[in-house]
Order: sequence, then C-alpha cells, then structure tokens
Amino acid sequence: MSYHVNEKGYYGEFGGAYIPEMLYPNVAELREQYLSIMLQPDFQAEFRALLRDYAGRPTPLYFAKRLSEKYNTKIYLKREDLCHTGAHKVNNTIGQILMAQRLGKTRIIAETGAGQHGVATATVCALMGLECIVYMGEIDIERQAPNVARMKMLGAEVRPAKSGSRTLKDATNEAIRDWINNPVDTHYIIGSVVGPHPYPDMVARFQSVISEEIKYQLLETEGRDIPDYVIACVGGGSNAAGAFYHFLDDERVNLIAVEAAGKGIDTGESAATSVLGKIGIIHGSKTLLMQTPDGQITEPYSISAGLDYPGVGPMHAHLFRSRRAEFISITDDQAMQWGLELSKTEGIIPAIESAHAFAVLDVKKFKPTDVVVINLSGRGDKDLNTYIKYFNF
Amino acid sequence: MNRIKLKLQENKKLLSIYFTAGFPSLNDTVPILHALEENGVDMVEIGLPFSDPLADGPTIQESSTQALRNGMTSDKLFGQLKDIRKTIHIPLIIMGYFNPMMQYGVEKFCQKCQEIGIDGLIIPDLSVDVYEENYQSIFKQYGLSNIFLITPQTSEARIRFIDSVSEGFIYMVSSASVTGAKGTFGEAQKQYFERTAKLDLKNPQIVGFGISNRQTFEQATTFAKGAIIGSAFIKFLKENGVEKIAHFLKMLNHD
Repeated sequence: MSYHVNEKGYYGEFGGAYIPEMLYPNVAELREQYLSIMLQPDFQAEFRALLRDYAGRPTPLYFAKRLSEKYNTKIYLKREDLCHTGAHKVNNTIGQILMAQRLGKTRIIAETGAGQHGVATATVCALMGLECIVYMGEIDIERQAPNVARMKMLGAEVRPAKSGSRTLKDATNEAIRDWINNPVDTHYIIGSVVGPHPYPDMVARFQSVISEEIKYQLLETEGRDIPDYVIACVGGGSNAAGAFYHFLDDERVNLIAVEAAGKGIDTGESAATSVLGKIGIIHGSKTLLMQTPDGQITEPYSISAGLDYPGVGPMHAHLFRSRRAEFISITDDQAMQWGLELSKTEGIIPAIESAHAFAVLDVKKFKPTDVVVINLSGRGDKDLNTYIKYFNF
Repeated sequence: MNRIKLKLQENKKLLSIYFTAGFPSLNDTVPILHALEENGVDMVEIGLPFSDPLADGPTIQESSTQALRNGMTSDKLFGQLKDIRKTIHIPLIIMGYFNPMMQYGVEKFCQKCQEIGIDGLIIPDLSVDVYEENYQSIFKQYGLSNIFLITPQTSEARIRFIDSVSEGFIYMVSSASVTGAKGTFGEAQKQYFERTAKLDLKNPQIVGFGISNRQTFEQATTFAKGAIIGSAFIKFLKENGVEKIAHFLKMLNHD
C-alpha cells in the first residue's frame, strides 16, 4: 500500500479536488506545475538556502536526557520550536512564496487560526516584498492579539472573517472566496496539509525537511536512520506530515498522531476528528471531518487554537483508516500539565499544540531500547496568556 | 423530456430565481414557490443551505446560516416539497454543496429528487471531472440534469468539455467572484457573454451572479438564453417578506 498521493490526487479514498469551477484554473495551474517547479535546481537551491540562513535549519534533534530517564526510554525532541517565527509553519511558507513567485503571482492570501501560519506568511511576504492579506476569524483576532500585532508589524493586512463561527474554518472559507474574487494575480498559501489537491502533497513535501533531518541526525547519534516511534500532534496535520514523511513506507517506524480531545471526546467540546469525524468534503478535500448527520460542518473545540480544526488532512485520514498510524487523543488538561512538565524537566516551554504530543508518554509504554522522536512543533511564547490563566501564575 | 429542456425551447429570455430554502422562515419554501410561479418566473433554484458555502457572498451566506438556525435539513426540504408537483409546473432545480448530499447518500438524494419531480441539480463544489467519473450514471438513472458553472477564466477547451457532459443549460458565472449583486456589467463581461455565445455550444447559457435589476438582466440576456437572480431576491425577502414577492417581480418588469 502506498501512503503517498496518487496521480489523481488521492490518498486511498481521501483527497481529490472538490472545488467550485471558479477555482479550477488556479488549482489546475498549481497541480500541473508544482512538482516540476519544486524539482528545479534553482528552486531547490533557493529553498534550501532560505531554510538554512533565514529559518535556522537544520533544527536540532535533541536527546532529552531527564525525560528519557524518567520514562525509561530514549526520547529525542525535534526542535521545530527553534525555527524562525517559532514553529514549523515557516518551512511551508518559504516553499510556497518561492512557488508563488515562479507562478508570477504578486498578491498573497492566507488563513490563520492562532496566528502562527499568518505570522509565517506575513514574514515571507515581507522578505519578498509581496502584498499579504491574512484572513482570521473575528473571535481568534480577539483571542490572539499579540499575533495580530506581529502580522501588522510585518506589513500584512489582517481581515476579520465574520461569517459562520468566526474561527479557523471560516477564515479558510474567506480566503477561498478571496481567491475566487482574485483569480489572476493571487496565490493562496494554505497553512496545512488540507485543501484541494495538490495542496496536501505540496505542503507535506515542504514540511518533509523535518523527517529528512531526523534521518541523518539519528544516524549520527544512534547509528541508525530510523526511530521506533515518531509522535506528532495533528490539527490539519502539517507538522505530523513533515515528521512522518520519510518514514511512511517503512513500517518498522511506528507513527503516532495525537489529536486534541478538548474537554473530552464525549463532551461535545473536542477536536478529535479520527474519533468523531465521518467522511465528507471540507475546504475542497474529501476527508474525515466533524459534522452533523445532515452534513453541516460542526465547530471543534480545543484549548490550543492550532488543533481547533473540524477536519484532518486527507493523508492523515488515510493513515488512520489504513491503520498505518495510531491515533491518540489527549485532553486539554493532559496537554496543559505537559506544558508545565516539559518546562520543568527540560527547560523548554512548548506550544500547547506540541504539548499534546508529549502526553503520549503517559498513555503508552515504551521499551528502554526504543528510540522515540517527538516533534516539538512550536514554542510556547504565544500561549503564555493561556498558561497564565490555566495555572493562575 | 424533462421540464428544463422544454422550458429552454420556449422563444423567450428566461428569468430564473434562486432562494435559500428555510429562509426567512423554515416553512416559507412552498409559499415562495407559489408566488414565483404565479408571477411569471420561468424556473427556480431552491438552495439547500450549507454551513460553509465557499462560492457565496455575504447575502446568501447569511440566509444559509439563518435557514440552518431555523432547522432546515435535506429531509425537511424533501418533506416540504413532497406534493409540490400537484401545484407547481415550472422547472425546479436544487442548488447545494456536495457534503450534505454525500451524507444523505448521493443515490438516495437523486432518487428522492426524481420522486418529488425535481428536474436538476447545481452543485458548485462537485467539479465536472469528478462528476463524469463517479456520478454521471446515477444522475442519468434518475433523470436529473446536472448543471455546471463556467467563468470568464474557463478555457475554451474546458467549456467544450463541460458542454459535452452537461444536459440542460450551462450556468455562466458573470464575473470572477462569489455570488452577490454588483450594480452593472462592464465591457469585459459583455465581451465574455458575446465570446461564449459565439462558441455555438449544444447547451444554452443562463447567466448568474451579479444580476439584480432590469438593466443587468437585459445586459446578461443579450447573448444568453436567460439569467438567474439570487442575492438581490434574498435581500428583498429579508427586507419585505414573502407576501411582497409580486412587487419584486413587478420591479423587474419582466413580461
């Protein structure tokens, strides 16, 4: 079985392009050109140079000694939190801004939930001197004021999404509507492995630098280029896609995707799509999503805005259905405790999204000889207010 | 022959109206249909509301949100339309996004449409490619026309492909935009209407998006067979209610 996208844009039964005709020319152009552009030597050279000199790659693969002793296994942290702008998101935005330039686009749009992808997009637009418009749910704008300010400092225009539930899914709808209204000069930088084909594959390829580095870094420290486990949190799923990518076809590597259970799977306030979702169409892709029996998309909940998405990328839907990856859901409380635990044990304050991945250490038993890589997808600076409120600091 | 094809043979420019089922009130669907037929409307698109209508502007989005709040579902709509063919004779098309149809079951949905006497479907996010490969045979089995959109950006080759798969008419989106009234049409749009007319397609074209009054209706139908009014009608309903529908059509002065 292949876990990569097929020539029609599907992962198993998931994926495809369920888009209004108005988007067809743009999506078709991207589909026809993304691979050949990405494979051009000058594209690769520029992409690699920016990842190194601008984003700060390779990020360390850090052996977490105290954590390993405590859990009696070998735990490595992939330090995506050390990337410029504070998370893995910039790997994708650097790739897509170079793609946009080669497609001759001069105007960039993006959606954002917590603001991390918005900041990463505003950053590369500033770098390249391109106009940048970021759609953000009205409610998220209130919740994530510091990131709104960062985007503005970087020269982006932040437009509130006022429709529907006024959060990430509606910001995505607004960005898609903008693209419909501006079909010629605009490129839409989607922030996760979601959306119509070729987006899930393109974003996964840009993020695959994570697992590419894990391979050679492990070879240096462990003498083998595969871990026993890779653990990553999944909202839409871009950091997990990047961390899994080069291990997808090697079944010796166990893949663990961690979803946000929110206040608990059965509380009605959750974002655990693999448990609560059914197959359907969201944002142009056939995948698993949370919806009513009548097919209306429902509002997810998680304390971490980055995992607060009612769907999951089609690649992850396929990894779940085919059982290639194990899906575990972690509650707000478990994740918040791990935010504290990692801070005190290793001196690293993680993003709440990433803290979900660590909670797997309490749920699953690992052998002393196991090599466990946890993708530390982002740093916790942006979550300080949430941490303060939760712990009453 | 289904009602859409018969209607298209009439020697006149067709006026089609879109409204969102369940808006302004849950049970307005049937009264609205009666008012539209009585006032000379040629064809109706009944919008099945969706939580995330990607191709729609604020007016139709808001009407969908309200309709869902009012409790509209696929089942309820089919229930309301159960006996509609006893009184309504103009072509009826259901327009909606694909996810609610998928959850209902595509075949079951089509079967229900045939039972009721629905003539066609417009599903903006079901592209012609996916339709042709996976669903065309089901639609045919239940005698439904599936209507596809084209835009000013659609290439001639693709328009011809869409024409070959279409049965009924082609929904010609007036400009690169989501739905919503915009005042008048510019030179570029007139050229696009004319250019498309010259392709000599097998399916007639009906223009939608941005038709709001007599002037835009006439501009749109200079080259096309008809035009669809959606957002402007929704706005009118919101402000004036179902009882005043005759007034809206009088304003359009359509004969």
